[in-house]
Amino acid sequence: MPKLIRNGRVVDDSAEILVLDETQAPEALTLPEGQVFVPLAVWQAHKGMLSGRAGVGVWLDSHESVEDLAEDLESLSAVALNFPKFTDGRAYSGAALLRSRYAFKGEVRAIGDVLRDQFFFMQRCGFDTLQPKAGKYSDAQLEEAVASLKDFSSPYQAAIDQPEPLFRRARRVA
Amino acid sequence: MYRYDPYDQKIVDERVAQFRDQTRRYLAGELTDDEFRPLRLQNGLYIQRHAPMLRVAVPYGLLSTTQIRKLAHIARTHDKGYAHVTTRQNFQFNWPELKVVPEILAELATVEMHAIQTSGACIRNITSDPFAGVAGDEYIDPRPWCEVLRQWSTFHPEFAFLPRKFKIAVNGAEQDRAVIQCHDIGLELKRDAAGEIGFRVLVGGGMGRTPIIGTEINDFVPWQHIITYCEAILRVYNRYGRRDNLYKARIKILVKALGIAEFKRQVEEEWAFGKNGPSTLTEAEVARVATHFTTPAYASLPAEDAGYAAQRSATPAFAAWARRNVLAHKVPGYAVVVLSLKDPQRAPGDITDAQLELVADLGDAYSFGEVRATHEQNLVLADVRQSDLFAVWEKARAAGLATPTFGLLTDMICCPGGDFCALANAKSIPIANAIQARFDDLDYLYDIGDIELNISGCMNSCGHHHVGHIGILGVDKNGSEWYQVSLGGSQGNNTSIGKVIGRAFAAAEMPDVISKVIDVYRAQRLDGERFIETVRRIGLDPFKIGVYGDAAIIERKQNA
Ligand code: HEM
Ligand code: SF4
Repeated sequence: MPKLIRNGRVVDDSAEILVLDETQAPEALTLPEGQVFVPLAVWQAHKGMLSGRAGVGVWLDSHESVEDLAEDLESLSAVALNFPKFTDGRAYSGAALLRSRYAFKGEVRAIGDVLRDQFFFMQRCGFDTLQPKAGKYSDAQLEEAVASLKDFSSPYQAAIDQPEPLFRRARRVA
Repeated sequence: MYRYDPYDQKIVDERVAQFRDQTRRYLAGELTDDEFRPLRLQNGLYIQRHAPMLRVAVPYGLLSTTQIRKLAHIARTHDKGYAHVTTRQNFQFNWPELKVVPEILAELATVEMHAIQTSGACIRNITSDPFAGVAGDEYIDPRPWCEVLRQWSTFHPEFAFLPRKFKIAVNGAEQDRAVIQCHDIGLELKRDAAGEIGFRVLVGGGMGRTPIIGTEINDFVPWQHIITYCEAILRVYNRYGRRDNLYKARIKILVKALGIAEFKRQVEEEWAFGKNGPSTLTEAEVARVATHFTTPAYASLPAEDAGYAAQRSATPAFAAWARRNVLAHKVPGYAVVVLSLKDPQRAPGDITDAQLELVADLGDAYSFGEVRATHEQNLVLADVRQSDLFAVWEKARAAGLATPTFGLLTDMICCPGGDFCALANAKSIPIANAIQARFDDLDYLYDIGDIELNISGCMNSCGHHHVGHIGILGVDKNGSEWYQVSLGGSQGNNTSIGKVIGRAFAAAEMPDVISKVIDVYRAQRLDGERFIETVRRIGLDPFKIGVYGDAAIIERKQNA
């Protein structure tokens, strides 16, 4: 079974990330059984039908705004944010907004070009689930990669994982 | 200056370990080139023409003599015996081998240094006034604020992969010496009517291929809120800055596209959420940082040292140096010394390991163990007694660090250009050296007076050519190297972008071209008028005629 990292541990995961190709209208889609992340367009087209169903999450691409989900977050247990390239840093702001402004308590999953060297930043911005592309890391490499979550022990600035900056958390003497 | 506490040290040590592992995985083939590139860039490591280049951060240009000695050691051991001072107050090594870079970083960490965020699409080294704390026109010392912002921006998780690089500069004096109008965020420290400290915030300035002067987004952000305000700016930029085209990805393009009013609206809407949150600065934190920048133990001295005056009359070469490279200090009896890195025998901004050792010795003996780097690529001893100036000069001169041309034509800013840089259209160092060779007569240079000549080897403008009174830009024409000349650019309070005067020139023509430009100035200037003032008063036409002959004007009229 595919693996990912959730809350700092490697776990199995079978969720499907549904991708629309250009020819598919969101309305015409049949959904697979089980846990699934649907694109924003599909969610918007089938919101009524989907919001009752267990195991349905929405994934946003990097140009899509978390604001578009703001009203729906209560009926969602998971939101995934896509990194089309790991250098596209928009999802960091997206995750931070989900957690802070919208107080979203469900799963926030990083998908796409998710690499261990960015795990630390992702976790700080509120991603609890990190899903590297299938085949990117072997099981052993994924286990090793968990260490990257601990690259830095006391970061300076406030973020989602540490809502207070260092100057409020610690007594620093000059 | 700021000294690390265990938290600061830990972060830098952890970075060394992280980068060591990343380099190991890259060399073992576990990280692809594309995956490693941004990681090494965020550690200041470029791959350029001949070898990697390592850019070491010098936060707001401040160095201890211990750090200078470490840089000398690195130049000697891991490089070819020299280093380069950059236009953002950092140090660069041009020849380190990739596999020893983790070692170099480990050595830097022992002296509280690093290469974090000296490149890459993140918040870069924060630059400031090289005369902070000693200039007579200073309102508020920018250094503590720079340090507060340095800590905030270091490994900021949300802003590690911005659309493009992001540069912040802070100035706290009447004269802007930090080029704040050409930064992504320019901060001017000021006081409001009640005497409270805050910042005038400029946004969207920058050079590169589309030079733009920053626009005021807020005329007074109280100091408590400067972090949350910057965060709001960065969040809007991170989300909405263009990512489809590298050349349109800087914040200046977003600000232009939205207009400053709409951009400000978005920023302040965002700010409303962060304002007064946990990132609001506390008095305790600012005070903690500020204690690192207290006034050194100045002696009480006469305003004019009698010996210094006598030495100047007795030794004309010393007087010449003192006239240009010694600047007023706010404390009586002290002076600010510019150690010139513009020896015509060397590339502008280059400094050898032996010179670095000497600078460290001078800093220890005469300037409280501190040295500063300037964005004009010189070094500064900020706290020298007037009575020590002669000794400083003799030693600096013997080491080739007393070229008495600070602020003159040959004290130019110059990027590494085609000799080192893979992006270059043309070489820049040989042009600088050729102009220095042409203008080697000191009396003539003094007669020309204050002037800034800046050279970049390509449109990226690392050499600040847009804001040079005279700007030289390397361009490529059918595979050969040409140089475009612009006039009227300026940094500082009246920042302006220079205008190109006409067709480009071959390298060999450049000294003549500059001579002709200077001839026009000398013929046209009014009494006491500086070069830039003359250009502003008479416009470009007389210079075009001087350089290209009447043909230039006739052609222009025909095209009109
Ligand atoms: C191999 C080395 C270098 C490379 C590949 C490089 C690359 C670049 C690029 C691509 C830009 C344009 C960025 C933009 O407009 O978005 C730029 C700007 C700049 N670089 Fe460099 N550079 C190099 C070396 C240097 C050096 C040695 C200095 C200092 C002496 C320097 C200082 C600057 C400055 C001040 C800017 C102005 C950017 C601005 O704010 O618009 N660079 N560089
Ligand atoms: S201006 Fe161009 S040539 Fe000069 S260092 Fe920058 S990128 Fe290289």
